[in-house]
Parts: sequence; structure tokens; C-alpha cells
Amino acid sequence: MSRIRLLVGTAKGAFVLTSDGRRETWDVRGPLFGGWEIYHLTGSPADPDRLYASQGTGWFGQLVQRSDDGGESWQPVGNQFEYEGDTGTHQWYDGTPHPWEFERVWHLEPSADDPDTVLAGVQDAALFRTTDGGVTWRELPGLRGHGSGPHWQPGAGGLCLHTIVPHPTNRERLVVAISAAGAFRTDDGGTSWKAINRGLRSEGIPDPEAEVGHCVHSIAAHPDQPDTLFMQKHWDVMRSDDAGDSWHEVSGDLPSDFGFPIAVHAHEPETVYVVPIHSDSEHYPPEGRLRVFRSRTGGGEWQPLTRGLPQENCYVNILREAMAVDSLDPCGLYFGTTGGQVYASADAGDSWTAVVRDLPRVLSVEVQTLP
Amino acid sequence: MIRVILPAHLLDLAGAGGEVELEVAAPVTQRAILDALEARHPALKGTIRGHDGGPRRAFVRFFAAGEDLSHDPPESPVPETVATGEEPFLVVGAMAGG
Repeated sequence: MSRIRLLVGTAKGAFVLTSDGRRETWDVRGPLFGGWEIYHLTGSPADPDRLYASQGTGWFGQLVQRSDDGGESWQPVGNQFEYEGDTGTHQWYDGTPHPWEFERVWHLEPSADDPDTVLAGVQDAALFRTTDGGVTWRELPGLRGHGSGPHWQPGAGGLCLHTIVPHPTNRERLVVAISAAGAFRTDDGGTSWKAINRGLRSEGIPDPEAEVGHCVHSIAAHPDQPDTLFMQKHWDVMRSDDAGDSWHEVSGDLPSDFGFPIAVHAHEPETVYVVPIHSDSEHYPPEGRLRVFRSRTGGGEWQPLTRGLPQENCYVNILREAMAVDSLDPCGLYFGTTGGQVYASADAGDSWTAVVRDLPRVLSVEVQTLP
Repeated sequence: MIRVILPAHLLDLAGAGGEVELEVAAPVTQRAILDALEARHPALKGTIRGHDGGPRRAFVRFFAAGEDLSHDPPESPVPETVATGEEPFLVVGAMAGG
């Protein structure tokens, strides 16, 4: 029977949660790296026992940890992230120029076919790559060198590259998202990049339809329809059917079109999940009811999923990295909250149970479906 | 023998059981102590100061012999009691909540 391994990054360490394919009972191991922020913890598709963790604190900076045995043991690898060439400036919150400064790794994206190759999305926004299992990291400077770079401005969490969506068959194509610059795509393996924000509309910036300046929160795609992208933006749930060249809104009947994560069902490319959040400043579920919304029509029409989720007095948030889907049938969904709960559904979202309730603030959730 | 006391986060990261003892040739300076510490425990590179001997991280402080050495130049000698091992060199995470 298949096994499931959940990789949970929190504000005070990492946790590894395992279950069999029934996904009814769970073993919880952790905290690993107690006291450290684990922004992202993920596994290699090419070797599921190869795991990577982005570890840090404001005191002691950035570290990257690697495991070669499914999380049983870890070793710190390289933590030197130096921008290539002249770093130049981006815009600060008040619009003044601000030098590019490395702060942290938000997202690690291991290659589909080489466990030693990993992309890292960092703050201040840039893309780095290792080809030696994390020992050394080198920037792909074409992205930061995009002509719009001096106009990028940070979101509340900083100027962070938080989303990396590789194309499943075209190794030269990659989509990334930066808060609050927008989405970008390369078709030549990272050498050159194109801003792909046409159709996005963001109130509160001088030109609501500007080429950059959009606070994209997350992007997801299904491998069978890799050029159909679903985006949760600061406001609006968006869809593109041309790899980001154009976008249209699919928020439809959501109670709030603000949120952070977005996910696509493992076997149904038109089934999409979001967690609406009340905003601009509150960042908790509307009416204190924690609801995942599922669209089986690729957006537009959304169904609330509530069974097993708190429907009163719930004021947690679900961060952009904190939702994942497994590849079992029926598809499993998982998300973590800022209140420390990790919820799991073994029936594509119809019902939910809390795997754990009292972890530190959950920053990221990834899932591995193991043989 | 130089004695170094690390904060809990870095102690775990280094895999050191407790106080770290280092051989450092005279003159014993902050830089020489940190160079020796990072040579013994490479995982600490970049966590106390920048890579390749860069500046002290903003939330890290150095104390020894009842003195705050955080703002001393890296090349300045540490107090004699630290150089002789009578007192430890303390790496301290600044007090901040969270």
C-alpha cells in the first residue's frame, strides 16, 4: 500500500507526518531544527528520500539542510547566496530606490529528474540554482536583470520569489511569481524572462493594469494541462490558458477572492481549490468559518467544503505554501494554519480531519506520495 | 586554549555538546577566534558574521570578561583573560521576542 509523508515547515521547526494510503492515522515526528523558522521543506521527485529544508532565523540568517534518508538525518549544506554582478536597486515601500539584499529562501523546487539540482526562490527576489545537492548556489541573474527590476516593490512579507512552477515536459519553460512584482516566464531555461501579467488588475497601484506591480500570492498547474495556470492574487482568483500570456478572472461566487494558496486536484485538471480569507487587513476566514472552496469547472463556480472544519470562532490564516495535494485516488488534500493545525482530507476535500492541532504557526506543507 | 560559548540555536547547528575549546595562535583577536570556530564547525559559516569574514550579523553580540566587544574592530585583541582561557568568549543572540 502507498504511504504518505507530509512535510510541514513551521515558525519553530519542521515536522514529518506519515500515514499509510488510508490516511486515517498519522505518526508525527518533530520538531526538527527546534526554534528555527522552516520556510519550506520539500522532497525530490527524482528521489523521495532526498529532502531539502530552508532554515533560518532573524538572528543567525539562512541555512539549507539536506536529508538523504527521508528525514531521518540531516546535514547543513551551502548557505551562501550571492547575487551575480551589479545588484542595483528595486523600490522600497515608499517608492525610493533600495539595494537588493539577500534575506531568506522562501521556496525550494527540486528538479524532476536530478535530486542534486534544485531551484531556490529568495528574498530579495531572485532565482538561484544548485547542481551539487545544495553545496553551492548560483544565481540565474536574467530574472533580476529583467528591465522592470528597478520598479519591483515588496509586498508585506518582503520582495520575495515564492512560487516556482516548472513545466512537466518543456525543461526550458518555467513560471515564477514575485510579491509584489507579478508573474514571469522563461522559455530558455532561465536566461531571459517575460513579465506575464496581462489581464491582472490591481487596485491600489498607480496603473491598475501595469506590466509589473501585482501581488501574486500563488500559482498552480496540472501536469496534463501545463499551460493552464491558476493564480491566487492578493485580490482575485485568475486563470490563464496560454502559459500566462493572458489572464482572466475566475473568482466567480467566492465569498472573498482574497487568499494565499491555490491547488489543483491530482487527477482532475479543472478541479481547483482555494481558501478564501477576509482582507485587506484582517487575514482570517470570512465569518470565522474555515472553508476550502472547490471548483470543478476550472473556476467561476465554487463549492464550500466544510465537513470537519471549524465553522465558528476560527480566525487563523493559511499561508501561500501551506496547501498540497497527494496523488492517490481519491486525491488527498492537506493544509496548515497559522494556528498550528494541519488538516487532511482523504476524499478530495469532501471531509476533513485535523492531523495535529497545536504546532507552531505553519509556514509550509508539502506532501510526498510514496510507494 | 580559547573557550567559546554559543547560543542554543548555534550549539545545535554545530553539533557541539557544550562549550567549544579552540587552539588560537597569538595574537588572539575576534577574527582569529571566529576563523577557528568556523574551521572547526563549518555549518556556522554565515550565521555569526558574513561569509569570508564579513561583518557581524546585526542580532549577534560578543561579550567577554564583563565587556561588550560587539563593536570592537575584528582585529583588536580580546581581553587577556579570554586569550588565556580563564574566561570564555560569548556569542550571544540579541534579546528579541518571538
